[in-house]
Amino acid sequence: MFSFPRSDVKCSTEPCSNLCRIKNGFSHVSLSLQELSSFGLPPVWTAGGGSELNIVAVLNCMYDLIQLHRRGLRTLENMEVEQLKSNSNVDFLQLSTTRLKEQLEISKRENTGLLERERQLQLKVKSLQNCLKNEKEEVQKLQNVIASRASQYNHEMKRKEREFNKLKERLNQLLVDKKEKKQAIDVLNNIGRADGKRSLWKTEKTEAKHEGEMYKTLLSDYDTRQRELQLENAELRKVLQQMKKDMVSILSSRKQAAKGDKHEHGGTQAASEEEDEVFDSSKDSVELYCVHAREKLTNSIRLQWRRLKSHVERLDSQVSSAQTSESKTADAVPRETHEEEMDRLKLEIQQCKDFIQAQQQLLQQQLSSPCDEETASLLSDCYMLQEKERLGDEWKTLEEQRKIFERERRNFTEAAIRLSHEVLKRDLVLKHDLRKNDRLF
Amino acid sequence: MNFSEVFKQTNQLCKVSPDGKYLATCVQYRLVVRDVSTLQILQLYTCLDQVSHMEWSSDSLFILCAMYNRGLVQVWSLEQPDWHCKIDEGSIGLVSSRWSPDGRHILNTTEFHLRVTVWSLCTKAVSYIKHPKACQKAVDFSRDGRYLALAERRDCKDYVCVFVCDDWHLLRHFETETQDLAGLEWSPNGCVLAVWDSCLEYKVLLYSLDGRLLSTYSAYEWSLGVKSVSWSPSSQFLAIGSYDEKVRILNHITWKKIAQFEHPAILDSTKATVYKEVEKRPAVGSDEMSLHSITIGTTLFNTQSKYEISPLPVQIPVVKPDPDRANPKIGISALAFSSDSRYLATKNDNMATAVWVWDMQKMSLQAVLEQTSAVRCFQWDPLRPRLALCTGNAKLYLWSPGGCVSVQVPAEGGFQVQSLNWHCSGDSVILLGKEQLCLCYMDTDQEDK
Repeated sequence: MFSFPRSDVKCSTEPCSNLCRIKNGFSHVSLSLQELSSFGLPPVWTAGGGSELNIVAVLNCMYDLIQLHRRGLRTLENMEVEQLKSNSNVDFLQLSTTRLKEQLEISKRENTGLLERERQLQLKVKSLQNCLKNEKEEVQKLQNVIASRASQYNHEMKRKEREFNKLKERLNQLLVDKKEKKQAIDVLNNIGRADGKRSLWKTEKTEAKHEGEMYKTLLSDYDTRQRELQLENAELRKVLQQMKKDMVSILSSRKQAAKGDKHEHGGTQAASEEEDEVFDSSKDSVELYCVHAREKLTNSIRLQWRRLKSHVERLDSQVSSAQTSESKTADAVPRETHEEEMDRLKLEIQQCKDFIQAQQQLLQQQLSSPCDEETASLLSDCYMLQEKERLGDEWKTLEEQRKIFERERRNFTEAAIRLSHEVLKRDLVLKHDLRKNDRLF
Repeated sequence: MNFSEVFKQTNQLCKVSPDGKYLATCVQYRLVVRDVSTLQILQLYTCLDQVSHMEWSSDSLFILCAMYNRGLVQVWSLEQPDWHCKIDEGSIGLVSSRWSPDGRHILNTTEFHLRVTVWSLCTKAVSYIKHPKACQKAVDFSRDGRYLALAERRDCKDYVCVFVCDDWHLLRHFETETQDLAGLEWSPNGCVLAVWDSCLEYKVLLYSLDGRLLSTYSAYEWSLGVKSVSWSPSSQFLAIGSYDEKVRILNHITWKKIAQFEHPAILDSTKATVYKEVEKRPAVGSDEMSLHSITIGTTLFNTQSKYEISPLPVQIPVVKPDPDRANPKIGISALAFSSDSRYLATKNDNMATAVWVWDMQKMSLQAVLEQTSAVRCFQWDPLRPRLALCTGNAKLYLWSPGGCVSVQVPAEGGFQVQSLNWHCSGDSVILLGKEQLCLCYMDTDQEDK
């Protein structure tokens, strides 16, 4: 379809406006002629051919143009129709696509639903297969049981039949045999009873005695059993009491470290515990045999145990929360150091052990190895050698000191004697002088 | 450990007297009585035929020799060798014969279990007990010898008769709730009688001495049930071994199960010690293989063995029994408590080479002994917690809490120990071979792991 500028084709009320307006000039005419030729129409007027128009040619041109125009219109109509058709087609297709999409959605959903059902059915199939397998196994087991029972029954039947046959044979034999060998006992002489007593006639008294003895045996057995159970009970009760005391002590020591807001609560508990303790300690052990006392004990044990358990759980949670708050490495390090410590200690222990062993060996060697007199005498005091030497040195120094002291003492005594002599001399001189003086006066 | 020389015996008939002084052996139709310590022959008696059963009386003064095929019982006196006593059952036949606990009466069960005849050696009087049951263990005397429990089958129903052994007075007669009573056993204190059903139904009934039903125990239905039952010497526990390879322990206060011992083929997580017997083949050099040593046979056939502790997990060899045969070789067939009730030894028939020892205080497995061949017999020392067992080879095996030891029996020509019996003092063990016997004296406690 070719498009031509509509402005140049005025098919309206002014059909010959272009051509008739001569005033437009020559250019318009040539333009129109060009246009005609572009339509493939023969030229109606040539420029040099005179001013007269070829009317036939013009009419032909007009006719052609009208034909063209009509054709164009028809084409346009056709195209409009086509467009309408295609529009409606498009609408129709759009509608059908939406419909199909919806259908697709629905079928997809259906598909997933079916898949789900299939999966469930497969699971069911599997479980049923399992059940079937189990049932088959059970059946097999029961069949085995039946088979073993059947073989046992058959075996017994055969045995009984064999015995029956033997019995029949024996019966026949006995019926045939004229002589019947009777039972007999041949004893050289009767022997006395094992317990030496005389045997008694069977009378009602003896029967009653037997009954009595039988019941006595039973009663004594029950008695011993009851005594054993009593002892066991007493032991267990003691253990329970001990456990209760321990638990109470543990919990009470914890309670002292408890917070203030728990104080009241703990106070009442402590009070009740004390009450319990007082109650139990005041009781005589005999009273514990009463059912109520027993229940009280078990209930209090249960209570304490529950408390202890909750306490331990609390501690556990504390520890775990503490652990999670720390970093992982910090958590791992203590364990590592702990292990290192353990290894070190183990090594130390091993070393000590080796050392002790070596010492032991040496000691053993020493005690067992024979040695000569000299070394024996030398070795006999070997432990004291150092001591002895030290003592000897000290003795020497002491001796020297003693000698020094002696010397000094001697010096001192000599000095003292000299001094005394001098004093005497002076005394004498003084006296002599005094006497002289006396004589003078 | 000292071994005596080897003596002859027939039929595994070799018993020590209850007072522990004498050893009686049957050799063909002769009865030989020896002194236990010197093994010198003290008395020699000759019976009329090959002896089927031999038993000492409770006061060790008389010996009973029963000849089942002749229907005869001969009684010999130790004090008076000239004294004789012969009981002839006549045409009625003899199936079993035993002493009563007072040592003055003999109970003979006739053929076809028609009746039990009670012969008195004091008065020559005879009593009869009708309708005795033919089952695994129909007769049991209480340990103090005062009562006899006898199973009876009358009109397709089971009954238990309790007799007073003094004068054979029927004290109690009651029906039992069993389908087919297989056995009964008194508790060691004589106050409770355990009665169990045949293997087709797991049922153990406990009756008081006066006939009251104390309790019923049934672990499961339909599968084969009880195979063996044993009381602990303290009467506290009743061990029940069954075909499902488990041992169930009942307690004497509530008669309910307090423990269950299983015998798995693979031992994985257990604190028990597993002793495995390992044979040490002697390295026989070419110069040792002389004709002399081969003819003697000592070096070739008597391989030394020792125990090794196996690390866990341990797999115990299992032999699956034939499913079509009756009395299948599966389940606990042997149960034995030690004298102090501290240990229980068990044997599972499809693991015939293993003996399991359980600690009754901890109620757990203490040790497993895995032998090279099937265990034939085991028995506890009457005084100490020491277990002796044999597997049909020339060795005696001992287990105690301290360890295990394997001892070669020094007998020429190969002595196959088929069964053993402890002497009542626990100082010696009598080893019985096919036709031989040997005494093993334990003078010191030699145990090594």
